[in-house]
Amino acid sequence: MIDRLPPYAQLLGLTAERDGDGAPVLVMPFGNDVLGRPGFLHGGAISGLMEMAAIVALHDALEGEGGGEIKPINVTVDFMRGGRDKTTRSRGIVTRLGTRVANVEATAWQDDPAKPIAAARMNYLIVRR
Amino acid sequence: MSHGFQFDPARFLSSRLGHGGLLGTSYRAHGADWAELELPYDERLIGNVDTGVIASGPILSLMDMATSVGVWLRANAFVAHATLDLRVDYLRPATPGKTVIGRGECYRLTRSIAFVLGQAHDGDPDDPLAHVAGTFMAPDGYPR
Repeated sequence: MIDRLPPYAQLLGLTAERDGDGAPVLVMPFGNDVLGRPGFLHGGAISGLMEMAAIVALHDALEGEGGGEIKPINVTVDFMRGGRDKTTRSRGIVTRLGTRVANVEATAWQDDPAKPIAAARMNYLIVRR
Repeated sequence: MSHGFQFDPARFLSSRLGHGGLLGTSYRAHGADWAELELPYDERLIGNVDTGVIASGPILSLMDMATSVGVWLRANAFVAHATLDLRVDYLRPATPGKTVIGRGECYRLTRSIAFVLGQAHDGDPDDPLAHVAGTFMAPDGYPR
């Protein structure tokens, strides 16, 4: 999936890379397109990045089990720090992959992954192939 | 706030700068403690190319903006604040081709925290596609 991100991911300017463990990480450049109040990232853009990182992580996990369709049920986002004029990264972690439901977490950070600017928790419905 | 101040959401939302401009959100209506914004369907917002359904991110962005404006309306002040948390329940997929309408309401305002609720639909308010709940925080406080 990281080879062909959907139109919304392209609109946010997202690109994908893999971290040292081979886990997908999405990268969002700073710019007017993702700006909220002057000088800061829009919370919606940060959330969009994290939701996309969660879906990419879940897609990766599902691929190993034959794939499936992913439908969002809900998301809870905590905003911890203002997003500044810097590149933002996000990684999703599948905390549980069930038959029908997946629990996924994602964080977004700028300089230090240990100091996230936001965190999200999502539930997804899975329709297995 | 100076006497007679009136926060104008239509004027505020007419700005085409920033993330709202990218998504194409615009003003629709407002009341004393709520605002309604709209997000026209746009293929650039698609999250699932097989179905043409827009991603969840633009809906969250729309609801973040609608609830934020709802807070400024209730406070009748344009104060700096930040979203503390936002929860979105995606009740059903948005219908491809249809404009999404998001309504955000501030139902309680304290010195530093604003509590918000919101609903999104794509034509029929009785058939919502998302419900949201969240809080905002104003570092310098909201006027009481």
